[in-house]
Amino acid sequence: MNLTLKIWRQNDSSTKGRMVDYKVSDISEHMSFLEMMDVLNEQLIGKGEEPVAFDHDCREGICGMCSMYINGEAHGPDRGITTCQLHMRTFKDGDTITIEPFRAAAFPVIKDLVVDRSAFDRIQQSGGYISVNTSGNTQDANTTPISKHAADTAMDAATCIGCGACVATCKNSSAMLFVGAKVSQYALLPQGQVEAADRVKNMVAQMDLEGFGNCTNTGACEVECPKGISLENIARMNRELMKANL
Amino acid sequence: MIGFFKSSIGRKVAMAASAFFLIIFLLQHFAINILSVFSPDMFNEVSHFMGVNPVVQFALQPVLIFAIIFHFVMGTILEIKNKKALGVAYVKNNGAANSSWMSRNMIWTGLMILAFLVLHLGIDFWIPEINTKYIVGDLSGLIDPNNAESGFRYYEELHHKFEHPLTVILYVVAFILLGMHLLHGFTSAFQSMGATVGRKKIMKQIGVIYSVAIPLGFVFIALYHHFNH
Repeated sequence: MNLTLKIWRQNDSSTKGRMVDYKVSDISEHMSFLEMMDVLNEQLIGKGEEPVAFDHDCREGICGMCSMYINGEAHGPDRGITTCQLHMRTFKDGDTITIEPFRAAAFPVIKDLVVDRSAFDRIQQSGGYISVNTSGNTQDANTTPISKHAADTAMDAATCIGCGACVATCKNSSAMLFVGAKVSQYALLPQGQVEAADRVKNMVAQMDLEGFGNCTNTGACEVECPKGISLENIARMNRELMKANL
Repeated sequence: MIGFFKSSIGRKVAMAASAFFLIIFLLQHFAINILSVFSPDMFNEVSHFMGVNPVVQFALQPVLIFAIIFHFVMGTILEIKNKKALGVAYVKNNGAANSSWMSRNMIWTGLMILAFLVLHLGIDFWIPEINTKYIVGDLSGLIDPNNAESGFRYYEELHHKFEHPLTVILYVVAFILLGMHLLHGFTSAFQSMGATVGRKKIMKQIGVIYSVAIPLGFVFIALYHHFNH
């Protein structure tokens, strides 16, 4: 298939970016979207031009590194996948595809389609952990009884890979689905209770400090999340914060 | 506690709390107005009670005014903050693919409802009512304050209000906008309060029923009075 790509090009965070048109040909429908980007970059390098910078790592939907806002949606038009799992069969020959970086004031562009998502790391460092001794004398996990429902719901929240699609797709650039998932995965388990109040207070404070917007419950994040993280995690975080303050 | 209300979630909770008050107010407003369809006498009695009862007038009424102003001011502040958080806008953004039009345009439906409130409160109802009761000093609620036989004025005023088709059209448009605002706002308020954990589906269903039934009920009242002249 032959395609026209409209791609955001930006040298660095301090320079202004712009959309640039590229043509790519002989793209197999079996290729992944990132493989199509590889073909484009080989083409650009061959012509002596600067290749398009984009984030990627595992290329199997686990690491959360690949991003891209494709045709107006985070990770493209398919559901429950990351960009590396998007295949070219989703598109038609002759299509024009718009590719932009994830947008948010808290996710500044580093170069082209690469954005700085270290704000998520700082939120996680502010409370997304439990303080346990792991130096060789950990007790067996099964000695702490946990209901199946709590374990399953906590695990569902823990599947968040921190890709930032929730922020990118939110009209308010809110990070509440990410923070809600990280708060929930501990709030539901007995091991998370000891630091529960401080955790939610610190993580929400850090989220606000990073400049993410306020959630208006549009639900767009839940739809675009590659791991299907539920909005209920945001409600649980709200409840946890109220509990921690009252 | 003050720190909580300064946080993003605290603001959401405050926004939801004012929304809850307005949702309950709207329900009682509807419950009283629908009486005008079934029994003008009962409507007059209840309206008079609401119009002169000191708890309603001097405790609940100021809370209502505060809730409306707060809901508007906080909504605007959050909208401005959120625009700032967005930074550079997308060249292509397909919002319709993942969210409802109502959820993305709460500020606009809200502002249009506010414009209607200026008409409803300023010209049609509240200011004239305050004038009659507290400036003119007529707390009798009678058509002719010097004649006890003349009967209460409330039903007559309501019935007369919907005589002109333009007024009816304006009210119907406002109720449609209100329904659209509620279709997202009702469930959103419960979500902000953390009340949807484990009952998201049922809350959504209750939200749809409330958002359709109440505005539609108000439309029915307006049309009933218009076509019964």
